[in-house]
Amino acid sequence: MEGNGVTRGFPLPSEIADVPGAEGWRSMYPYFTRFQPEDDQRFWFYNSMHFPEPMPVFDTITAEIPYSAIGANTARIFVFPTTLGIEHRIVNGRVYITAIPVTDPAEIARRAAIFEERAGYYYQNWDRLQSGWKARMESLIREIGAIEVPQLPEFDDPRVVMDATGVAQNHYVRENFHRCIDLFSTMWHHHTEFLMLGYGAYVVFFEFCKKAFPEIGDQMVARMVAGIDVMMYRPDDELRRLAKLAVEWGVDDLFTDDCDPGKVFAALRDRGEPGRRWLAGFEEAREPWFNVSTGDGFYHHHRSWNDDLTVPFAALPRYVALVRAGQEATRPTEALRVERERIAAEYRGLLTSEDERAAFDQMLGLCRLVFPYVEDHKFYCEHWFTTLFFQRIREFGGLLHRAGVLAEDEDIFHLHHTEIDQALSDVMLAWAAGGNALGGRHFQPIVAERKQMLEVLRDWSPPPALGPMPEALNDPAVRMLWGVTAQTLEVWSHASDAAHSREIHGYAASSGVVEGIARVLRDVNEIGQIRAGEILVCPVTAPSWGPVFGKIAATVSDIGGTMSHAAIIAREYGMPAVVGTGQATKRIKTGQRIRVDGDRGIVHILG
Amino acid sequence: MAGSGFVRRLPDIAIADRQLAGGKGSSLGELTRAGFPVPDGYVVTAPAFEQMLAALGQQASLGEIERLPAGDHAGIERAAASIRRRIENAPLPAGLRTSIADHYRALGGAPVAVRSSATAEDGGEASFAGLQDTYLWTRGPEAVAEHVRKCWASLYSLESVSYRRRIGLPEAGLAMAVVVQRMVDARCAGVMFTRSPTTGDRSVIALEASWGLGSAIVGGAVTPDTYRISKVTGEIVRRQVAVKVRLHRMALGGQGIVEDDVPVNLQAAACLSDEEIRALARLGRHIEDHYGAPQDIEWAIAGDRRAGEGLFLLQSRPETVWAHREPTPLAAPKATPFSHVVELLGKNLPS
Repeated sequence: MEGNGVTRGFPLPSEIADVPGAEGWRSMYPYFTRFQPEDDQRFWFYNSMHFPEPMPVFDTITAEIPYSAIGANTARIFVFPTTLGIEHRIVNGRVYITAIPVTDPAEIARRAAIFEERAGYYYQNWDRLQSGWKARMESLIREIGAIEVPQLPEFDDPRVVMDATGVAQNHYVRENFHRCIDLFSTMWHHHTEFLMLGYGAYVVFFEFCKKAFPEIGDQMVARMVAGIDVMMYRPDDELRRLAKLAVEWGVDDLFTDDCDPGKVFAALRDRGEPGRRWLAGFEEAREPWFNVSTGDGFYHHHRSWNDDLTVPFAALPRYVALVRAGQEATRPTEALRVERERIAAEYRGLLTSEDERAAFDQMLGLCRLVFPYVEDHKFYCEHWFTTLFFQRIREFGGLLHRAGVLAEDEDIFHLHHTEIDQALSDVMLAWAAGGNALGGRHFQPIVAERKQMLEVLRDWSPPPALGPMPEALNDPAVRMLWGVTAQTLEVWSHASDAAHSREIHGYAASSGVVEGIARVLRDVNEIGQIRAGEILVCPVTAPSWGPVFGKIAATVSDIGGTMSHAAIIAREYGMPAVVGTGQATKRIKTGQRIRVDGDRGIVHILG
Repeated sequence: MAGSGFVRRLPDIAIADRQLAGGKGSSLGELTRAGFPVPDGYVVTAPAFEQMLAALGQQASLGEIERLPAGDHAGIERAAASIRRRIENAPLPAGLRTSIADHYRALGGAPVAVRSSATAEDGGEASFAGLQDTYLWTRGPEAVAEHVRKCWASLYSLESVSYRRRIGLPEAGLAMAVVVQRMVDARCAGVMFTRSPTTGDRSVIALEASWGLGSAIVGGAVTPDTYRISKVTGEIVRRQVAVKVRLHRMALGGQGIVEDDVPVNLQAAACLSDEEIRALARLGRHIEDHYGAPQDIEWAIAGDRRAGEGLFLLQSRPETVWAHREPTPLAAPKATPFSHVVELLGKNLPS
């Protein structure tokens, strides 16, 4: 393992074998996502944080467009001194990424001068610029929500004649589809606008704390920075509030395990005034808070609570029980705030010089300035906007289905957005000519094959990293968001050695030690399988799994940093969490008894 | 009980009295006065030692020792052994013997620990850790008087003299006070640093604990349970319960100590409850606050007390290793907060 003088690396991209039954995976994805021979020379890691499942073809847009926006932000807009952008590749349906570092000192200096001026402008005007951002995002959300998918009736709308618009509605099929894609791209540029600067501020504070207090846990640093009134907590807070309303107005008996939302609504309507009041409270909570995704917005099947009310309704009975038991159902935000300030003041007091305390104040102050954005952008972008976006695409799927191109609405997600362009052209031509769209014969076999390949690829376990060890880890997002540090690489490189040991090492994300039965979930859609008291083992713990956090005993993930929302929420629930293990879903089987040590970042397989 | 003036009760001693009560004695006095749980006791002060030394006429041989190189173990041992012999054989002056006995009886005549407390030790510059003798489970005024002389003599043990020669400490003016305290019948005991001994981190408390008397840990006879506690949150951030095979306990017959096997059912068991760990950590923080610097603390928990009552401090001295590292300022304020970002992101972060 050590002392042999050989630099350890990971499997090379070119060494990855096809999976039997899915040899045709290359036909699904665009050429620019394919590993090239020279890519063997570079370090890549599997982005299982965002892409824990094999990619349906349409969903690759959630890699293509974000990386187009992130790289533009760091490399071209703010000119980060030591990092360009992030490249991505797809192999066997999985997304691998790498950041391109700048290592030449002269080049770094040239970039640093520009970075200082540009980043400085944003840091100095942060609050004003951020309020402008919110207004722009809300306008984007209104626009994506309002996009109409032309229904292509037999005769066009009379207004085309009476208002003399001169343009038939088949034209808007393409225009509105393109508008969806363009808005998605615009949204992602907004997403990254402040984000990388936010991570930059956090990296600074984090590295300082690690130097000043060598044994400080990542989570402790996070606790000094973390926001309290974070939008991502609001959906869950709203559920707690609704549970309280239900008890107050005496309609709480309707919220039982496995209750059906439709039946509950019907029963509430029969309850007179109390029922009406609860429903009014519910409608108020829905917009915007139920636009939260059940995943984190990177797959079309990450639908919102508004799309699928069974998710929030699954959590309500537990909150109702808490209220009945007289337990505070709302988060103690004031107590959390006081505790956050106390922790920061204590660490500050342990520093040994006035200079250090002054620097600490500057760094923490900057983090506190940027963190509301870092924490809140997800709700606007990945949740609210993105669930509406997928809903629009699904409606285009309906159009293609009705035109006979697809066998069902959802099949649109097995076409690349450029292929959808072709299919829509086909439909537009057929409607104009009065003939039939030809795409059914062309696309339906392709979709069927792709669905089958994805099923096969689901069982493939991607290595956490590929290629040689990297020469530098300069990208702030790679360090803070994905949690890829020298320590991670060490863990990953030993993962294969330790394949037969019964210990799995990761990062201590939330303290406490707990034993229990493992439930391995590879996909957020399997969330219904989890039983109370089990330990969730998953590729990545998405934040909107929050509602089940109340019923599980601990969580273990393959990838993730301690700043991930899942880690923050786990700490809030006081639930042990070990993240970034690289391999937990491979090594642990559902039903096995495991011990999660959230203090040391170790998972022990007991049997 | 003014006695000969050579003996003082712990509550009448403060940290400034190091020349009188030695390092250990002055620190225990200070802690007693500050209200910390220290076993009752008294100090046979340095002037008593000096009077004895003057009566023996040893100044000439001290000069001889001082001229010996640190590496000349044979020479040091020859000169030191002769001094030790004379100290151990010289009878105590009657007044002093009476005073020691009176104070001993005032403690209730219970078993005591007789502990060396050199005026040069625990000053913050050098630890002198473990160089001078301690006699546990001592009973009766005669035995106490005898062990006071042994403690005096231990100032001239081979290890002590070699240590002083190595750091170049002059022999003239050195003195040995002796602490006599009620014995704590330790169920478990250990050591606590109010900063990490391995990284110097000041935000954590490092705690080691083992069954029986603390001498098993200090002497390296056992691998103790180890804990890290966050000073900031009080959380136990790391715990490692060791298999503790050996312990030190009172010898059969009630005089002195022996090393023994830990009963099998206790070997792998944690010897502290979480509540005890947190209580110790709180105590550590208070002592550190009292002295204004990280501390190296010895403690014990008596087995015959009710839970939560039996915790005793046996020693607290300044931590010396990290305190002497040149503190390099980790950061200074910059023109603007974001200048820190520009600086960090302007350099390569090695993988």
